[in-house]
Amino acid sequence: MALRSASRLLNSRFINQLHKRNYADEMSFTFAAGNKVFYDSQAVRQVDVPSFSGAFGILPKHVPTIAVLKPGVVSVFENDGNVKKVFVSSGTVTINEDSSVQVLAEEAAPVESLDISAAREALSKAQSQLSSASTDRAKAEAAIAVEVAEAIVKAAE
Amino acid sequence: MWGRFGNTALVVTHNQTSQQRGMATLKAISIRLKSVKNIQKITQSMKMVSAAKYNRAERELKQTRPIGKGASQFYEKAEVTAPADVPQRLFIAMTSDRGLCGAVHSSIARLIRNELLKDDQNIKVVCVGDKSRSLLARVFNKNIIMAANEIGRLPPTFLDASLLADAIIASGYKFGSGEIVFNRFKSVVSYSTQTLPVFSLNSVQAAPKLSLYDSLDDEVIQSYLEFSLASLIYYALKEGACSEQSSRMTAMDNASKNATEVIDKLTLAFNRTRQAVITRELIEIISGASAL
Repeated sequence: MALRSASRLLNSRFINQLHKRNYADEMSFTFAAGNKVFYDSQAVRQVDVPSFSGAFGILPKHVPTIAVLKPGVVSVFENDGNVKKVFVSSGTVTINEDSSVQVLAEEAAPVESLDISAAREALSKAQSQLSSASTDRAKAEAAIAVEVAEAIVKAAE
Repeated sequence: MWGRFGNTALVVTHNQTSQQRGMATLKAISIRLKSVKNIQKITQSMKMVSAAKYNRAERELKQTRPIGKGASQFYEKAEVTAPADVPQRLFIAMTSDRGLCGAVHSSIARLIRNELLKDDQNIKVVCVGDKSRSLLARVFNKNIIMAANEIGRLPPTFLDASLLADAIIASGYKFGSGEIVFNRFKSVVSYSTQTLPVFSLNSVQAAPKLSLYDSLDDEVIQSYLEFSLASLIYYALKEGACSEQSSRMTAMDNASKNATEVIDKLTLAFNRTRQAVITRELIEIISGASAL
């Protein structure tokens, strides 16, 4: 009985290791936003993200890093060749040693669901707010709003 | 003067106990019956309300779990630990404004209180929700640096979490490591009080595995930490809201069941007393008639 359970334990550990090895060649991609989860530890081919240190693509076995997301479009190249484009407002990217990638966004929406006329309206509103802002804080907030709105318009076009 | 008052008080209480025990007046029983029925109505409707809120909270919680997991991954993978030379710690208590939900809030307060009893010099507490503040303020008022309220009426949003994170960063408290204390939702009948670690820029810079990570500068790490604090708080708020609603549901269900029991007993006592009164009146009438 004890032997059998020991062998079972070994077996399960072996399987775990196999899993881990799989993960090293593929990435385990998590993409979650405050309003929706897009991917949860799924394997994908490539992810392109916009960050403050410049946009970059992530392939499996990317060097570990962390970065801060800039408003823009995250493109996910799935294993079956589909490309999914999702707009993100802000957030973080984490690439870990074991090829697991986490993209966490404050808010995210698929590009096809963006409304360009509403985005243009938001942009002009944000611009007028920026010009009328009096305090430094209000100015900074309006500048961020303009940046996000510009990125939405660009993504929706 | 005093003695007289004392006496009357004694007499009154004595009267009440004897009334409750045996032949209470019908009026007294019916008043109690009515009030228990009203309480039952309240607990039942509270149960329905929290059931509806719980359903929503659980649905939203499923969407939030990957965020919480993702945000804490970096700390685990980079093996960030609390630096030995900075003993200051921060506890963020995730409760809400409302009670009547079992031991949800007190278990969080108890965990923090135990830590504070060990060392009350280097620990500061941020109370999210009035309940944790009122539970901790009596003894550890000087350890509380901030308290937030208006939590729990509406489902938590990411904006709430970012405001909280912003306020915590703006408080200027220099901590080496911190912990978010929250109730992790397991099932409708169970939750467990857990902690999520958060770290400051200095502790992350001292992490042994940080050199593995490419192209980092302080500004990136700082913004990253700020956002991850907001994500972790968001996740903890959602877990807390879900545990609270589920726990309130169970608590109110129990309260309604207890009320049913009390109502049954009171109804029985009421009927017995009524019967006794009728019998007594009959005896009086009959014995009066036979005496003639």
